[in-house]
Amino acid sequence: MAGSIRLEIVTPEKLVVSDEAEIVMAPGVLGEFGVLVNHTPFMTTLKVGTIHYKDSSGQERFVFVSGGFAEALPDKVTVLAESAERIQDIDMERAKSAMERAQKRLAETDDAAVDFTRAKGALERAMHRVRLAEMRLS
Amino acid sequence: MATLKDIQTKIVAVKKTKQITRAMNMVAASRLRGAQTNMEAFRPYALKFAEVLGSLAERSAGEDNPLLTPRDEVKKIHIVLCTSDRGLCGGFNVNLVSKAQSIFRDKAGVNITISFTNFGKKGRDWCRKSKKIIGRVHLGVVGAKFGFNVASTEGRKLVEEYLSGTYDEVYVVYAEFISLARQVPVIKQILPIPPIEAAEQADEAEDADYMPEHICEPSPNELLEEMLPRNVYVQLYSALLETSTSEHAARMMAMDNATKACNDMIENLTIVYNKARQAAITAELMDIVGGAEALR
Repeated sequence: MAGSIRLEIVTPEKLVVSDEAEIVMAPGVLGEFGVLVNHTPFMTTLKVGTIHYKDSSGQERFVFVSGGFAEALPDKVTVLAESAERIQDIDMERAKSAMERAQKRLAETDDAAVDFTRAKGALERAMHRVRLAEMRLS
Repeated sequence: MATLKDIQTKIVAVKKTKQITRAMNMVAASRLRGAQTNMEAFRPYALKFAEVLGSLAERSAGEDNPLLTPRDEVKKIHIVLCTSDRGLCGGFNVNLVSKAQSIFRDKAGVNITISFTNFGKKGRDWCRKSKKIIGRVHLGVVGAKFGFNVASTEGRKLVEEYLSGTYDEVYVVYAEFISLARQVPVIKQILPIPPIEAAEQADEAEDADYMPEHICEPSPNELLEEMLPRNVYVQLYSALLETSTSEHAARMMAMDNATKACNDMIENLTIVYNKARQAAITAELMDIVGGAEALR
């Protein structure tokens, strides 16, 4: 590989990831995209999902993001997310209980309610977290 | 005149007060460190956010976004008042409240209604006492540990209410942390969002090779639309962080002063005590000498 890109994932609470990567895959709103070194400047919003990248030793790493923005520059990718967790930091119990809560709320409210979209978002986030955490265990 | 015993009791009491104020000072100091760490953790996000927002705003200029356009008629103002939950921090809350009051003076129109969202008990108590319209109240946030979700949940509601016309303008009143000894109450308009300045000069110098011409997906306007509500959350979160840090700093200073005042009092009282003791000894001696003289 010609070189590596700097990946930074920042949330308001902390700098979650600051690492060298060979390739970064991220879930854009208009579809998943991959960034290699010398990517043209690019900006997009992100969906809830997983960013995965290969670090300099070739190991694959996964990070959960709950939406946000990504900016790609030739040598750097910056992700601004409202919350982000590395796979090893995901709290399985919490994610599961959040999922159950969201499912319960979905069952109770009707489609028109504002709560519905919110609960749906919460469910989506929780499901992604659980899926990732399961991947870690397997 | 105070007897020896009285003075001694007083000295003991002041000493105990001093122990408490000193303990509170130390607690505030350690919390302050925590709050400052949070503030620093937020800085990279805030800087990057401002940079991206600036470059986007520049490129999608001319587009009307309801969050950016001021309303012609401002009749309903909403104030997010950030104060502390607890007292014993000097003039901290008083300053914040009087800042909020200054809005009433500035906007003393006949047909303006002003409502409040309160972060912190002290501000709520003031609103209650002076019969203001209180919307939501959040306790246990300022001065404690809180996450970004507190700001985004409240921010989302504010944006929704602003868009639905419940308010025409939204301000946030908070204490800006300048230094340990200085916290300044500030009013900031968060909705409609004041014109966004392009990335600051200092930032440009820092990354000179920063290329503003990005490919945007979706279009810059849509991106901006996504970012503007978030800007509100970011502003709110930073206001809360600043207020928390300021609260601890203010309490630390107040308790430091109180401890010093206790020391002064103990010193003065000890002098008074010694004087009184000496006077008592002298009086006793006079008695004995007097008695001995009489016996001769």
